[in-house]
Amino acid sequence: MTKRASREEAFRLYETMLRIRLFEMRAGELCRKGEMPAFLHLYIGEEATAAGICSELDRKDQITSTHRGHGHALAKGADPKRLMAELFGRATGFSGGRGGSMHIYARDIGILGTNGLVGGGIPSAVGAGLSAKLQGSGGIAVAFFGDGAVNHGAFHESLNLAAALDAPVVFVCENNLYATATPLRDVTKNDEVATRASAYGMPGVAVDGQDVFAVRDVAREAVRRARSGGGPTLIESKTYRFVGHHEGDPPVGCYRTAEEIERWKERCPLKLMSAYLREAEGASEADLDEVRARIADEIEQAVEFARSSPWPDVATLTDHVLAPAQAAGGGPA
Amino acid sequence: MSTISNLDAVRDAIAVEMRLNPRIILFGEGTGERGGSFAHTKGLWQEFGPSRLIDTPVSELGFVGAAVGAAATGMHPIADMMFVDFIADAMSQLVNQAAKLHYASGGKVTVPMVVRASMGSVRGAAAHHSGCLYPWFMHIPGLKVVTYSNPADGYGLMRTALRDPNPVVFLDHKALFGVRGEAPQPDLLVPFGQAAVCREGRDVTVVAVAAMVPRALEAAESVASDVSVEVIDPRTLVPLDMDAIFASVEKTGRLLIADEAYPVCSFASEVAAAVASECLYDLDAPVRRLNSAPVTHPLSPPLEEAVVPSAAQIADAVRELMAE
Repeated sequence: MTKRASREEAFRLYETMLRIRLFEMRAGELCRKGEMPAFLHLYIGEEATAAGICSELDRKDQITSTHRGHGHALAKGADPKRLMAELFGRATGFSGGRGGSMHIYARDIGILGTNGLVGGGIPSAVGAGLSAKLQGSGGIAVAFFGDGAVNHGAFHESLNLAAALDAPVVFVCENNLYATATPLRDVTKNDEVATRASAYGMPGVAVDGQDVFAVRDVAREAVRRARSGGGPTLIESKTYRFVGHHEGDPPVGCYRTAEEIERWKERCPLKLMSAYLREAEGASEADLDEVRARIADEIEQAVEFARSSPWPDVATLTDHVLAPAQAAGGGPA
Repeated sequence: MSTISNLDAVRDAIAVEMRLNPRIILFGEGTGERGGSFAHTKGLWQEFGPSRLIDTPVSELGFVGAAVGAAATGMHPIADMMFVDFIADAMSQLVNQAAKLHYASGGKVTVPMVVRASMGSVRGAAAHHSGCLYPWFMHIPGLKVVTYSNPADGYGLMRTALRDPNPVVFLDHKALFGVRGEAPQPDLLVPFGQAAVCREGRDVTVVAVAAMVPRALEAAESVASDVSVEVIDPRTLVPLDMDAIFASVEKTGRLLIADEAYPVCSFASEVAAAVASECLYDLDAPVRRLNSAPVTHPLSPPLEEAVVPSAAQIADAVRELMAE
């Protein structure tokens, strides 16, 4: 098999995807058991998109994300401990427990927020990209969103604005075919999302979202274009969610069948990657088991950290409604 | 006395702050080389250039959202809505993103930005260009809300807004744009949360917002031979200087609120409720509220004139309060 990355890079991508998968499986389980105060939208099946895109980003680059955003945060370098603690609503979480799954922010590593609103984070990415350009930081911004967002005005206005201003932004549509339970093809006459880029005068590229190397390749080109002043790109990553819309939502519904899910699972990004590592890198089962055990342990530590962390003090309820005056003037991200 | 218009005073404030702070940028429709629909950004593009005076497409949602992202990453943007009515298209970005980011991030992310918009009734503006929507913003934790009634306050408040680390909704009343007043000292900064006593009096307190302030002053003058009216301009609606209002009511015992917003869940209802809670026993008469009629602004001049409280109506309400 042809090598598609260095051994180190291939293992790194595998680890990132595995970290997301195991985090999500454990979070889903804890949610079902009632240990978490809110429901979750899990990223299981879509790991290659976050891993492939974020592997091409620097720490200073900003991402905006979605309701299904744990994968993006982990791929961008979020500490699983603090992420899990945030899902638990604990004081040690990224937002001190105030945010939860859909409000994960970590400025220092370029996470400008998961988001509870479909399309809600797309415009911010345009602003973050412009901000980086004006400050000459060399950074770019990436907006992750689902197929559900592409018929929202935020998609149209943001892509047009970014193109008009040559903003250094990469728009990444994770097309998992369904907005909750609404098939994209039922609500638009053009479900080839990447082709919409031409309406904004920017390049659009569709990619196999289960193949992390393919995603990485299109990301590399889009990031290079954005960083070099060439403006935005729209990437459509064709992918699939193996689980329900949110934890507790059955995976099969009026909109899709168990057979369809099984067909997609044959192209599970982790399965494809394990096969690659075995064939192209000669990895043994023991090699892969070692990685799995290490990441599983990391996730277990995150769970223990979250469980043993304190709740936020109720006396702080009204803290942070407004920023104090000394924060005026801000600072670079 | 050197004078200046409200419009030019606020424009000057933006220019002064832009010279001091290279992080300030301005998004708007026609606010670049053209200088804005009201000439309210005149000359800024020529001084600061197209990278800071960013002419946008008609994309309120898009550029308010872009301002949020720029603010959260180190810039201090102004999103110029032209008319406040247009912000309805961008409310999700203002309310769900800008206002909530600081809190939901546990104080990690600040969103220093100004949303500037013109508001209020002027002849012929009709249904889509007359909104006086500050109660929408007052309701949302995380937003500051500013308006003004004279050039010095407009200047000093805009400068303060551009130094505040929070999203600030800055509202100019269209009917006051061309009105001239005493020019501010260049170094003037007006702090948020400090009401101004525009006219001192003993008998009745009139709290008036934006274009209601000159009408309240006209009314006060018209009844001056019989009634001593105190007129208070809160200037910032969030934070609101209730202490100044309480102190005045304790002195006068009578309160009228003149508020161009619609009556339900308005500025007036908020002030009336606070006064009822805090100084009911200082009152010698029930609190009176004057608001715009709860109708869509009609075009026809006789209908339109019947919508917004007039100086004569304010004067009548003051006399009625004295008769209680």
